[in-house]
Parts: sequence; structure tokens; C-alpha cells
Amino acid sequence: MLSEGSSFLKGMVLGGIFCLVLSLLGTFRAGIPSQIEHLHHHLKPHSKEELQKLSQTQMSELTEQVRVYCIIMVTPKILVHWAAANDTWSKHCDKSVFYSSESAKALEAVDLQEQDEWVRLRKAIKHAFKNAGGLRWFFVARPTTFAIIENLKYLVLVKEPSEPFYIGHVQKSGELEYVEYESGIVLSYEAMRRLVEVFKDEGKCPERSKALWKLSEEKQLATCLKYSGVFAENGEDAQGRELFNKKSVGSLISDSMAQNPSDVVEICCSDMAITFTGMSPSQMQVMMFGVYRLRPYGHNFHDSLTFLPPKGSDND
Amino acid sequence: MIPETLPPSLGPSSFKTYRSGEVSCDPTVVNMPLSQLFWNVLLGSNSKWANIFQRTIKTQVRLLCWVLTGPQFLESRAKHVHATWGKHCNKVLYMSSEESDFPTVKLNVTEGRDQLYWKTIRAFQFIYEHHLDDADWFLKADDDTFVVPENLRRLLSQLNTEDPLYLGRRFRPFIAQGYMSGGAGYVLSKEALRRFVKGHDDGSCTHFSDVEDMALGRCMETMKVTAVDTRDERRRQTFHAFPPDKYLLKQLTKSQPSHLLYEFYERVQGPGCCSDLTISFHYIRPVEMYMLEYFTYHLRPYGYKYRFNPEAALHKGTV
Repeated sequence: MLSEGSSFLKGMVLGGIFCLVLSLLGTFRAGIPSQIEHLHHHLKPHSKEELQKLSQTQMSELTEQVRVYCIIMVTPKILVHWAAANDTWSKHCDKSVFYSSESAKALEAVDLQEQDEWVRLRKAIKHAFKNAGGLRWFFVARPTTFAIIENLKYLVLVKEPSEPFYIGHVQKSGELEYVEYESGIVLSYEAMRRLVEVFKDEGKCPERSKALWKLSEEKQLATCLKYSGVFAENGEDAQGRELFNKKSVGSLISDSMAQNPSDVVEICCSDMAITFTGMSPSQMQVMMFGVYRLRPYGHNFHDSLTFLPPKGSDND
Repeated sequence: MIPETLPPSLGPSSFKTYRSGEVSCDPTVVNMPLSQLFWNVLLGSNSKWANIFQRTIKTQVRLLCWVLTGPQFLESRAKHVHATWGKHCNKVLYMSSEESDFPTVKLNVTEGRDQLYWKTIRAFQFIYEHHLDDADWFLKADDDTFVVPENLRRLLSQLNTEDPLYLGRRFRPFIAQGYMSGGAGYVLSKEALRRFVKGHDDGSCTHFSDVEDMALGRCMETMKVTAVDTRDERRRQTFHAFPPDKYLLKQLTKSQPSHLLYEFYERVQGPGCCSDLTISFHYIRPVEMYMLEYFTYHLRPYGYKYRFNPEAALHKGTV
């Protein structure tokens, strides 16, 4: 019995060592070295005090540099949201272009004539990059998202668009960190340039994947970007509150009423939030009033930049 | 290219939301007549005066808010009023038929829709007896009304509380000079409050109807209290008897929408319905109460130059 016991013990020890060796080997993965990961994982805007140190010339240069090209992916199925985005937040982009799967008589769009969502996204990105003009920041969204473009500009205000930025609400799927499509995707000019380059590589970034299970477009985008050395960063404010939301304001608030009943608004929701999702077209119209008009008399925030209201709009 | 000389920001948020407790303690400012303060603010190009104005207006235009509620609504409604706009008033009282820890004021009434005017009469009598000197203006609101006291003070600062004045969302029928919607909230000047109480004392005003807002409007007319036009400089309404979506969305039907039937002034549907410096909305459920608080006091577009800019007068001397 003693000899059986010692064999058992030897077996256990050998097995344990074997497991340890295997797991140690497992951490040394081939591919992207780990020191580049998590370099800028959480992206916050600069504080007001720091911005006030910038000179007048710097501020005018920044106003130019921070202009945004909105890539809005639509289909005729979501015509009411398309119309709502067209009539509300998209007017605050410096350039907003609607990219559609097929043309719709009622509204203007670039007709991509493509049903596959990933292929559509690729085409739209290539088109936008080619037609960027002087614009250096890109915002990709569906019209079911509501965006406050001024706050997007604030987030990227002193970030250099000639560096690769890929920002939004970050989720993780296995090893892949990706920006959620639903709450909007921000890309700098350099990120777009690298993307357009890697689109040419059918091995790393195939247009139509032959795999049995197709990854969602957001994950395919993240994979292609990762191959180009561009990593997802989570947009949040100085207190760590999310700037990109895949819920509506009402949804965030009612969750907060259950979780933080004594401090409902301050905990859940950022003053400088950029996106909300899942709102009806009517709710978007009310948002325009709530965001761009309703306020208490007498506040002056001394913001370092000024953004003028857009032409041809009466709801802001 | 902008050199990256600024360190990453990890400090506390530099966007101060309005804190209701801020009051200027500088005696020269506190005792300055409001008109002189206005003039200083117009002449001065720095924002120090704007911030002082913000704080000083609260001490010079004292607002007492009383909320019409009941024991069954303390948890479900009054609590959320207190967590949001209630604290922006100089004083807030919750009027009920019972005493409670909430805290409430116990009035000598019973509960029920037909008791609303009795509650209103008793509430104003209570305030007249105990709080007349605590405030300059007296607002009545429901427990499902959302109020922006800062915008109300702005309106009131242009008026004299010793004049008999009555403000709110003006309705046309039944009363010649109109009457103010109960749900949208209405405000009485000190003189108006005196006359309301006197009217019920000497029998000039009676409980002739259950309909609180219309009945009070009759008393105001009897006691020669003037109804005020509370629309802003662009003729946009500030008090609202319904939630924002009711007014903001352009109706496609040609027929007159029901919620605008009683309007005293020109009916406007769409963005022109509502002032940027709105004072109230009604039929606001708790979630919407916090949403409105978020929109009013927190969420804002960075650097945006508002189309309607009365605050510009505070900073640059231009309107």
C-alpha cells in the first residue's frame, strides 16, 4: 500500500510540473509583443485648465485639425432613423456622408450596391479616405446612434491625427479588443490610411471570409487594425464615465435609479458624453433640444474652442 | 502640428455643474442693488461678474417652492423632486394631508382630486402665516412638474414683488385675463399672495370650484392681480403644461392638437414652442425627472455657441 501511495504521489508531482511547464510555455505567444498592448487603453480628454494654456494660434490650428467626417451606414429598412440622423446630429459633422446598401428615393446617399455589411463598411471607409479633403478625423456610425460631435472633438482635441487612433466603447472577445459598432467608432487619419492599406492584403484582412463562422464587422475591423498595429481605446471622461453608450439616456438613467438611488445622474452619465444608442427618431428630436438648447441661465463654461451652430437647422 | 506638451489628464473634472449651495459672501456684492450689479456685469468684460451674478441672484430673488403632493406619492414622486430641482429653490415645502419624516407640511385637508383647490388655499394660507418673510416669490408646482429655478429667477429679477403679479402658462378660457395652468406651475408675487389670502378671509374669493388652477385664476382676477406674459425675448414659452416631446415634435395633422386648445397666446408647434431658458415641464415621471436634470445641468456640447444668447450680455456687453 505504501508503494502504491508513493507512485501516486510521484504521478501527482510529475503531472503538476508538466502542467506548470505547459502553462508557462502558453504565455509566450507568437505575434504582437505584449509591451505594445494596453499602451493607451483608456483615452480621456484633456482638462480645461490644460487647454487654457494653449495660445490663440494653437487654438485656431486645433479648430481646423479637429474637423470630423461622419460615415453614416444606412439601409432603406431603417429609413426613419436615417431621416432622423439627417435632420438632427449629422448636421454637426463638418462633412456627413450617408452610405447605403441600395438607393432610396427619399434621401441622398452614396449607393454602395452591396448587401454584405463588412464589404459595405470597407467600401465606405475607402470612399471616405479618398474624399477626406482636409478632414483628419472620422466617425463611423449607424443612424440608430445619436452623437454629439462637439464632444467628440473635445475628446480628440490635442490628439495627433497623424498617429493611429481607434476609439469608442471597447469590448473584449477572447484575445481581441474591439470597438463596438453600436456606440460609434472614431478613427484618425493615420488609422484610416493603415486600414486602406491592409484592405489590400487578402490574407490578413479578407473582403469575403471563407470561414464557416463569419465574424461581425466590428471584430473584422478590429482584426485588420490590429494587424496594422492599431489598437482599440476606450473613450471615457476624467471620472472614468463612459463617453460612448450603447444605451439610450432613459435606459442609463433608469438603471442608475436602481443602482445608485442617492446620486442618480452624476454616477452614470458624463457631462461630455459623445454617443447614445437605441433612441427613436422622436427621442432624437427631443435630444437636440435637451443637448443644444435647454440650460440654466447664467452659466459660462469658458471653453477654449468655439463651435458655431450649423446652417440650415432649426432644432438646435 | 501641435506639440504634445500637455500631460495626460487624470485630475478631477473641470466642468463644474451648478451647485445650489453657492452664494457670494462678499458683503459689497450681496448688498449691491440688482440693477447696479446688472450694470457692472454689462460693463465688465471678465466673467468674475457673471459668476457673482449667478450666485447673488439666488440671495436677491428668493424663491419659495411648494409642491402639491400626498402620502401615497412621497416615495414614487416627491422623493425624485427633492433629489432633483427641489434643492435649487431657496426653500421647498411638500404639502400633504399628513405629517411625515419626508418632511411634509400637514395641511387640514383630505386627499383626492376634488380636494386640490382646498389644498392650494390651505397651502398658501400656511405660507402666508409662517414663511411670508422667507421669500420674495412663491411657486406652486405638482409632484410631476420639473422646474428650472435659475431660469425662473431670471424672469422674476425683472419684476417687482410688491406689484400684484401672477405668472405661469397662460390659458384662455373661463377667465377674462386668462389663468395659469396648475400643472405647469405658477408663481405669485408677495403682494399677490397677500391678496389671495385676504380674498379668502373676507369672502371675495371662495371655493366655488374643484378646478384648482381655474379657481385660483378667478380669485386673482377678482383681487386685481395681473397675469404676466412669461414668454422669452423670442416669444417662446417658458412654462409648459406637458412634457417636451408634446410640443417639440412637429405634428403632421392639420387639426389643432388637443394640448394647445387652451392657449392664450399664439400656438407654436416644433422648436419654436419652447425657450432655451425653459422654466417648467409637466407630466414628468421619475425617470424623465432625472433625464431633464441631466440635460439641463450636466450634458452639454463642448464649445457650442448657442443660437439664443442672452448670457452674452453678462460677459461682453452685447446682447
